[in-house]
Amino acid sequence: MGHGLTFDVAHLLAGGLVLVSFLMITQHRLYALLNAFALQAVLLALSVAWQANVQNAPHLYVTALIALLFKGIVVPVGLHRIIQRLGIHREIETVIGSGMTMLAGMGLVALSMTVMLKITPTADPLAREDLAFALSVVLLGLLMMVSRRNAVSQVVGFMSLENGLVLAGTGARGMPLVVEISVAFSILIAFFVIGVFLFRIRERFDTVDVRAMDRFRGERR
Amino acid sequence: MELISNLLVQIMQMMLVLSAAPLLTGFVRKMKARLQRRQGPPIIQPYRDLLRLLKKEVVVAENASWIFRVAPYLIFAATWVAAALVPTFATGLLFSWSADLIAIIALLASARFFLALAGMDIGTAFGGIGASREMMIASLAEPAMLLIVFTMALVARSTQLSAVVDLLSASGVGLRVSLGLAMVGLIIVAIAENGRIPVDNPATHLELTMVHEAMVLEYSGRHLAMIELAASVKLLLYISLIGCIFVPWTLAGPGESTSSHLAGFGGYLAKLALFGFLLAVFETAIAKMRVFRLPDFVGGALMLGLLGTLLLFVSRSL
Amino acid sequence: MGAVVYLMLCVAALLGVGLLAVAGARMHAATAMVCGSTLVLSIAATILALTGLTGRAGSAAELILPVGLPWIGAHFRIDALAAFFLAVVNIGGAAASLYALGYGAHEEEPHRVLPFFPAFLAGMNLVVLAGDAFSFLLSWEFMSLASWALVVAHHRDPENRRAGLVYLIMASLGTLALLLALGLLTGPDGNYGFEAIRHGVRTPLTGAMVLVLVLFGAGSKAGLVPLHAWLPLAHPAAPSHVSALMSGVMTKVAVYAFVRIVFDLAGDLPWWSGALVLAVGSLSAVLGVLQALMQDDTKRLLAYSTIENIGIIFIGLGLTLAFRADGMGAAAALAMTAALLHVLNHSLFKSLLFFGAGAVLTATGERNLDRLGGLIHRMPVTSLLFLAGSMAISALPPLNGFVSEWLTFQAILQSPDLPQWALKVMVPAAGGLLALAAALAGAAFVKTFGIVFLGRPRSTEAAAAQEVDRLSLSAMALLALLCLFAGLVPGPLMDAAAPITRLFAGGALPPQASLPWLTIVPAVASGSSYNGLLVFLFMTISALLAVWVIHRFASHAIRRAPAWDCGFPEPSPLTQYSGSSFAQPIRRVFLARTPVTREQVSMPAPGEMRPARFALVITDPIWDWLYQPFVRAVEFAALQLNKLQFLTIRRYLSLVFLSLVWLLLVLAIWS
Repeated sequence: MGHGLTFDVAHLLAGGLVLVSFLMITQHRLYALLNAFALQAVLLALSVAWQANVQNAPHLYVTALIALLFKGIVVPVGLHRIIQRLGIHREIETVIGSGMTMLAGMGLVALSMTVMLKITPTADPLAREDLAFALSVVLLGLLMMVSRRNAVSQVVGFMSLENGLVLAGTGARGMPLVVEISVAFSILIAFFVIGVFLFRIRERFDTVDVRAMDRFRGERR
Repeated sequence: MELISNLLVQIMQMMLVLSAAPLLTGFVRKMKARLQRRQGPPIIQPYRDLLRLLKKEVVVAENASWIFRVAPYLIFAATWVAAALVPTFATGLLFSWSADLIAIIALLASARFFLALAGMDIGTAFGGIGASREMMIASLAEPAMLLIVFTMALVARSTQLSAVVDLLSASGVGLRVSLGLAMVGLIIVAIAENGRIPVDNPATHLELTMVHEAMVLEYSGRHLAMIELAASVKLLLYISLIGCIFVPWTLAGPGESTSSHLAGFGGYLAKLALFGFLLAVFETAIAKMRVFRLPDFVGGALMLGLLGTLLLFVSRSL
Repeated sequence: MGAVVYLMLCVAALLGVGLLAVAGARMHAATAMVCGSTLVLSIAATILALTGLTGRAGSAAELILPVGLPWIGAHFRIDALAAFFLAVVNIGGAAASLYALGYGAHEEEPHRVLPFFPAFLAGMNLVVLAGDAFSFLLSWEFMSLASWALVVAHHRDPENRRAGLVYLIMASLGTLALLLALGLLTGPDGNYGFEAIRHGVRTPLTGAMVLVLVLFGAGSKAGLVPLHAWLPLAHPAAPSHVSALMSGVMTKVAVYAFVRIVFDLAGDLPWWSGALVLAVGSLSAVLGVLQALMQDDTKRLLAYSTIENIGIIFIGLGLTLAFRADGMGAAAALAMTAALLHVLNHSLFKSLLFFGAGAVLTATGERNLDRLGGLIHRMPVTSLLFLAGSMAISALPPLNGFVSEWLTFQAILQSPDLPQWALKVMVPAAGGLLALAAALAGAAFVKTFGIVFLGRPRSTEAAAAQEVDRLSLSAMALLALLCLFAGLVPGPLMDAAAPITRLFAGGALPPQASLPWLTIVPAVASGSSYNGLLVFLFMTISALLAVWVIHRFASHAIRRAPAWDCGFPEPSPLTQYSGSSFAQPIRRVFLARTPVTREQVSMPAPGEMRPARFALVITDPIWDWLYQPFVRAVEFAALQLNKLQFLTIRRYLSLVFLSLVWLLLVLAIWS
């Protein structure tokens, strides 16, 4: 089914994003998780740049650059320093085992492929399949947030979810630059707030394990 | 005429596979040594090791059964037949239609079956540990391999390896996501099945880190030579498989001229050198995993194969 | 016409032998006479079935006896499907009879086994021959009762009594389900003949209910998850030749019932029927083999392995249903051929494995893996034949298990053309589960063969074992040769299945017997092919070449010495791996957080002198989640209904009065 290099490269990059999301789910160590996140951001930047090439939309190059710089360099380095100052570069505890997490991830990918391809039978094939991959990345990011105990890894899951949203946005045509800048700034603010929050939690409770924080929630009825 | 040429290609491939395997093993060892700033043994050292082992007396445990003495030949035969069916420098193999990819995997499974039985034959704890760990890795690596084969077979619409290679080298396929996933999965499975780092250390003799070495602990002399040769041939098989599927452009088609076959041969040697070098770099850069982290690693290959198959079921163009 | 009559005569002769055995079971040569006659009759029936398979392609001959229901009589007929399954049943019966000639000499209570053995064989033949619903159900119950009697033959063991009770209840529930299914198919006319049912018209709801009921009824007898719990209890409890028949043959009769009712009688079913059967089949395959890996009793392990293989057969049947519903005839034929071939192959190698386990039981008195070992030195022929069976069941070329699994994989590869989305997601998952089950089966049989036959003996009984008698060995050798033959030359077997697929799957594979070098090619379009004979020849030639080169150029010196064992050889055989140690890595990978396995460790406190204890408890969670609540619900209902026993006379009269008034009301409203 030779429909050319465009389809194939776009699909390869989107599939690579799904692959790296899987990789992130299975990482046990925080530094490796951050490296995987940086890799995901690089792949996202490449994918957005390819879409800019294909759709002849030069503003997407700026999006790609923002993704590369911000999520590929600034966020991982920042989280790296937070982890060092929090002193929590130990192993992550997952709520469910690694095998079950991978199986759940597979199920989510199957679900998103089925849903996306079923409800858009008449759309452009390139966009449909890219959207399916993007939905998979979003769901896998959510799965990461749900299956982790450590607050930092939940933040990383949230950011990978946002990567999926950017992939979806650039896959469909016409995502304006204004929106991207505002999204980027809101992420920056959220990042600062989460960082400050994490420090406060750590100061107060000596831990960022969310299970421990459950104990301080107040009276149960 | 084509019949004669295919027969010649098949026979030459069988000889090539057997003679190049120790060379590949020696090359990988030499590269690893150089990367670790050592001199390392010469590249032809495995040939010398095999000759030395052949000349030595075999010491067999008192309670060894006939399986212990017959297993090396069966392991070698199964691995050699499987390797003779994977195209190395040409795809016009006369007997390629007698066994497809699934049969090649099953032949390797037979070899593993007998190796595990040979490990359990003497009744030592080492044989048991090697056999049980080997079957654990196999219980994940073999389904992963089968699903990867499914992915390739769904793209090529056939499980016959020559047909897959012909289709992939015809450049109508393009860079597909599912093939990309299959490639990563196949690399992981190749590492797991050949007992390289991070799955098993081929150079170690520490008990609790061995899988393959533990099963062959009691072997000596000519039996050990056959098993070592079979292991080298298996490594060659997997590298040839990765080469012929994902880098198929140097292979000569059936019935082409002698010069294209010679070009194919040169291309094959180049591929062996390249993949051997990459294997050496990978093994030097990464540490061996704990045994119970292996299911995550090999399970990842299983998931990749499953994902590739699922993508092809859902949409033929992926 | 002739074949049916002669087959019914064989069945009648079997029943006659059974009756005679009731009288003469305590005679000296009773076992020899009974098993000898069943052997002769089974061989005759096999030959008749094979003529039915090759002679007539699709035309059915019928025999109507004036017994049974007065307005129909009892129909018996043989068509291609029945001929295939009759061949399977009678090959298994002949092998079991030959084995029993040797094994039966060790039977302590022959009067509890000998009368029921021919009756069991007769019952199975009658089920396959039955041509109307009444005789079908009657024969089905007869077969269940005869096998139940054989399960409780060794009644002094409380485990066997419990197994018999569970089997009886599950068999009765299964028959009830089949009764309801056939009743739904027949409709209110009461015309129970299969011919009449075939031409009936029914609503899709009826078709769906029939499918679910048949899955319950035939599936519980075959051993599908979650209705399998009786199988690992009952199959090991019976004597070994009966276990082989139950696992290898009776489960196939259940598959026959499924195929007959769902494919032949129920008409066209929607695509989701294939999805349901596929899901049940894949679950059975994986759960069966995982449980098999955890067992430490040889016969229970083999029983769980039967569950796995039945799962594989139902995966093929599910794919056939899905392909047939979408009109893909060639792919449906491929899937059905794979399932039918696996029926034959499994009956061959499972019987062989049960015979081997029986031989080990005879020689050592042990079924527990952790009390066996080193038997390859004491029982060389048995171990060689058991090795052949293990290789066949692990799907290793060039034996027959590989052929049917290869065909199933090829059928899965034809599935992307199925249009339904649920199938597009389920079939890859089923393919992954099938691949996983195949790999785990190899691990299970490396464990079994390695622990039982290799290594050093773990008990004095194992160290003192003797080889069993020639008749048992010849039965096993016959089955091993059939396995090899079916693996090397699968083409004629696939052609034998072609008339069946033409009738029920809507297509047929290209004729295999005419292909060069005995290759098999399931689908011409894909060009995938397999040649078992050539693979076998290549392996033999390579091995012989290696032997020749080694003997020419290598040293011949060989010396026996104590085991190397890294320089610290341990004399105690307890230091070698046991069954549960071998399975521990796989248990940890797949079952660690599931309720299937529980490790109980009791460590002594500092200062105590007792040893630490480690216990591994393997349970079947389906028993606790499904069966126990059901049993409790039935008990609760029974207790409540029991109050009806203690009413006063006035209450009883008022019950009768109220039911009369109620019926009159219903009549008033309805008419």
